Parts: sequence; structure tokens; C-alpha cells
Amino acid sequence: MLNPEAHLCDQLFADDIERAPTRDGFGTGTVEAGTTDSNVLVLCADLSESTRAEWFEKEFPERFIEVGIGEQNMAALGSGFAAVGKVPFIASYAAFNPGRNYEQIRTTIALNRANVKVCGMHAGVSVGPDGATHQMLEDLGLMRMLPGMMVIAPGDAVEAKKAVIAAARYEGPVYLRFGRAATPVFTTTETPFTIGAALPLRDAATPQAALLSTGSLSYAALEAAKLLADEGVETSVLHVPTIKPLDTAAILAAATKAGRAVTVEEHQIAGGFGSAVAEVLSIERPLPLLRLGIKDEFGQSGAPDELLAHYGLSASGIAESVRAFVRA
Amino acid sequence: MTPTEQEIERLEAKAQAIRETILEMLIEAGSGHTAGPLGLADIFAAFYFHILAHDPKNPGWDGRDRLVLSNGHIVPVRYAAMAHAGYFPLEECKTLRKFGSRLQGHPERTRLPGLETTSGPLGEGLSQAAAMAYGLRMDGKNNRIYCIMGDGEQDEGEVWEAVMWAGKQRLGNLTAVIDRNNIQIDGMTEDVMPLESLRAKYEAFNWHVLEVNGNDIRAFIETVDEAKAIYEKPTLVIAHTIPGKGVTEIEFDYRWHGAPPGGGPEDVWPKKEQGREMLKELRSLRGRLPHEYA
Repeated sequence: MLNPEAHLCDQLFADDIERAPTRDGFGTGTVEAGTTDSNVLVLCADLSESTRAEWFEKEFPERFIEVGIGEQNMAALGSGFAAVGKVPFIASYAAFNPGRNYEQIRTTIALNRANVKVCGMHAGVSVGPDGATHQMLEDLGLMRMLPGMMVIAPGDAVEAKKAVIAAARYEGPVYLRFGRAATPVFTTTETPFTIGAALPLRDAATPQAALLSTGSLSYAALEAAKLLADEGVETSVLHVPTIKPLDTAAILAAATKAGRAVTVEEHQIAGGFGSAVAEVLSIERPLPLLRLGIKDEFGQSGAPDELLAHYGLSASGIAESVRAFVRA
Repeated sequence: MTPTEQEIERLEAKAQAIRETILEMLIEAGSGHTAGPLGLADIFAAFYFHILAHDPKNPGWDGRDRLVLSNGHIVPVRYAAMAHAGYFPLEECKTLRKFGSRLQGHPERTRLPGLETTSGPLGEGLSQAAAMAYGLRMDGKNNRIYCIMGDGEQDEGEVWEAVMWAGKQRLGNLTAVIDRNNIQIDGMTEDVMPLESLRAKYEAFNWHVLEVNGNDIRAFIETVDEAKAIYEKPTLVIAHTIPGKGVTEIEFDYRWHGAPPGGGPEDVWPKKEQGREMLKELRSLRGRLPHEYA
């Protein structure tokens, strides 16, 4: 059954469920954060339309900083702005931010404990036609390894807005991951969001597997759980927007109850969310674990849904993997 | 304001004391860079004892000028200058590079108040200094921001991203200083990766450029004063310095860029005598005094 306290949207499984890219939540979230805190800045590297940084620019032109195509400079500028009391959000595609500027983030933001919010847009294969160069699949791993770096991959545009506002209020470095494709808006303004808290979406009396998912694929996991339930395979679904710090209590509870766990992410299975869960389970509660994601390969051009299906990350693809896993 | 003769003598004595402390720190640490810190002792004496608005007892004072050290490997000169200025006890200099020390091999802002940022990986300081300049200007503050870079560091691509951005933003409150000592780890800068004309490059990026002898304290102070009078652009001061300045035998020798006394080339002194001989030369004012002063 669905978790009533999650206050998910009424049209949850309707064909016409509202869709919006999580990057829209970056746009609306920075505008709201900028309204309450005049120190909030948005820096962008020549991608203001597609990152939605232009929404902030329109409201606060004097606090929007165009840096040109220079992501390394942008990261260290962020550090410098933080040093004089600003709250900079630095935005570009995840392939470049943190892909291009990893070392600047490491030294001038993480080690320096600068209050900078690193925003990686267009993450994952769902960027689509742009192809492998622009399909960042290693960012969660890169950012998760940095001491003191908080890592958040919101599930939809509504949650993304909440995450941005929460990140602005939090003092310290944060990585936020956003996607390009319009994905189902399955949460509502009533849905709770707290940094570091996982959100149970669905539970069952005797689940055969706990689906643990992050980012917009949590909706696909929820759909997969419904498909599986229709054929008599009960599963629970735990949405984990904050990858670091990880809600280990919620993950252990869900995994222990089901006796086996499946992780779902639009990222390499090495180093990212699945690895984080594996680290916790292997120490605290070793049990059968299946990690779904990209398996040590680069992406390619295609339509977002076509690519997710190809990599086994559509609802039916996830259901198929889970079905085989629980029967094994 | 032109410093008096008496003030210059005071600053030269500070520079001498900073050099001694640098050598003592490096001898004790057994690793670290020698040439750059010695070459920059005059500039750091000028900054910490004349140019900067700062308060060693209140390193976070809002009204302070910001000195961003981009080439973090030369930090022994900054630590020495800070200790002499009263940021922390001179004794603590002996902990450089040791376990548990606040004086990390490359500077870390979170460990020692007054450092402004964490640096070491090259090419990142100017971006941070430029953002500080922009941010303080947004808030109507008048603090000045200084950024010290190495010349070899100019090889880094990010430097030029920052140069372009600071030029675009017309950051008149920003003064960058390049330590033009012509050496980097693998040799002379013009052999490793030619930099010239640095002046023409920065000017093309909309900076005002001044050049000065970086081992002439009076000239350096006057040049930085001149930079303050340029309102419509950021200013670069190309400070020509002598690497290893103060110890004749190692001056201009790139092999001393990354070596400490006791770890350098042995064509003048064997390793175990390097520390003692270098301090002796410094303390006898290059042999002009018959005995080392204590």
C-alpha cells in the first residue's frame, strides 16, 4: 500500500500525470531562496536557459553571475563568493560541473568548507540525443567521496525546489543533481522533505524485496512495484533523495523487513547510490542485494525513455529484474 | 604615501627576519620549497607590515584587506610573516609540515585563522580573489583584495578564465601579483612553457599592468599604491624577484624550487651542511659581517 504520510499526487498512475524536469525545481527553488535571502547568488557557465538559471536572472539580475564557458573558474568563484558571505549556487551540466571541475570543487569548496551549492544539470542517460559525452553517470560517486559534501538527487521538480531551498539554508557544501527530461511529478507540496531523510513511498505486509531508489527513477520503481503487485509479488519502495548523509536507519529497516534489497539509480552502479547502500548493508545487515543502474559502460544517443528501457531502468525493466531476483 | 627611509629600514629588517624563520622552518621540517619563499620575503614584509589593513588579534575582522595566496607551495613565507606579525607564536613555525600542526604543508583555511583560503593545486586563487572583490563591491565595501600567484602557475588554464572574468567585471579593487622569478620545478619558465609577454597578455584581457623589482620594498609599495589609483580595471603587478634571494649560492637556481635545505643539489654544500651554511650566509649578511649575528 502507498504511504499516506508521503502525500503523493492524486493522479499517481494516471497517463496524464503532470510531468516536469527536476531542473525546473532548481529554477523555482533558487528564486524562492533568493527572495528570502539576499545573499543567494546563481552562477552559470553559458547555459542559463537550459539550466533554468535564467529564472533567477529574471528576478534578481544583479545577483546572477554569468561566467562564460569556464566551469573551473566558476567553482573557485563560488568559493570566493562564499568567503565574503554569499550563498552561491553554481550551475552547469553535471558532465562539466563536477565533471570538468572536480579538483576545484575538492580543494576550494570541500577541503576549504566553502558554503557553495554545486548544481549538476542534465545528469544521467535521460539527457537523450546529446549522447555519452553529456550523459553524466559518475557524478554521485565523485561527490559522495568528498569529505563533508552533502549529496542530493531529488525525485521530481516539486521535491527539487524543496531541496534547493533546504540547501540554501544549510551552511556547507552541497551537490544537487538534476535531470533534463520531463519526469512525473509524483510528490506534492505536502510531501515531507528533510535533508538526510528517506521517504517510504510504498509498503507491504510481507514484501519480497525492498526497492531503494534515488532521483527521478523513484517513480519508475513505484510503477515497477505496482506491476509486480499485480502479479502477486509484493515489494516496498523507499525513495532516498539524500545520498549523503544516507538515511541508514530507513534503509536497514526496509531491507531487513524484505530480506533482500534492490537499488535503482540513473548512474554507474559502481561508486554511486547502489554502492552506498551496499556499504551499509554489507556491514550492518548482509543480505541479497541487486544493484540496477548503468553497468560499467557509457551512454549513447537516443530518446530518454528508449535509453532508460535499453539500460533496464524503465518500470517494466526494473520489474523484470526484480522478478528474477526474488525467484533466484 | 611614500614610506620614510626609517620605515623602509624597518621593513627590510622584517624581511631579513622572515628569511631566517623560513630557513629554520624548512630545516626543521626536512621538506618544502626554498627558493620561492626566500624570493618573496620582501613582498610579504611589505604586505604584512605596511600595505594590508589587518588585525592579527582578530583575523576575521570584516574591514580587513584580503590576501589570497594562490601558489600555496610558498606558504612558509606567509607563515613566517604571520608569526612575526603576531598571528601566532613564532615557536609554532617549527611545527611546519608536522603531524597535528596548524601549519600544513600547503595552507588550509579551516586549520589556521587568517589564511583566507585553502590552496596548493595551482591556478585557483585568482578566481577566488576575483569573486571576493566582486562580492565585497556588491556590498559597497572598500576592502582591497590581493592575490599572489607564481609565474609557472600561469601555465594553468583556469588562471586565464579568471583573468578574463576579472577583466570583464572591471574589478578595480583587485590587485594581482605575479612572482616573476623565472623558475618552475622542471626548469626555467621560458623553456618549460614560454609565458612572455605576460604584460601584453594581461593587457589584452583588460588589465592594467605594472612591473617592479619585487626585492625592492620601497618600489613595491609605491607600485601597489599606484595600483590602488586604477579604478576602472584590475591591476597586475609583475614582481621580478630573485629565487632564493638572500643566499647567493642558490639564487636563480631552479633546482632549489622544491628542495629544502638538506635536500638540495650538492654542488656547493653536501646535504648535511646545507642548513647551517645557508643560515650562516643569511646571518652574516652574505659574509659582510665577520660573525653571524645571533
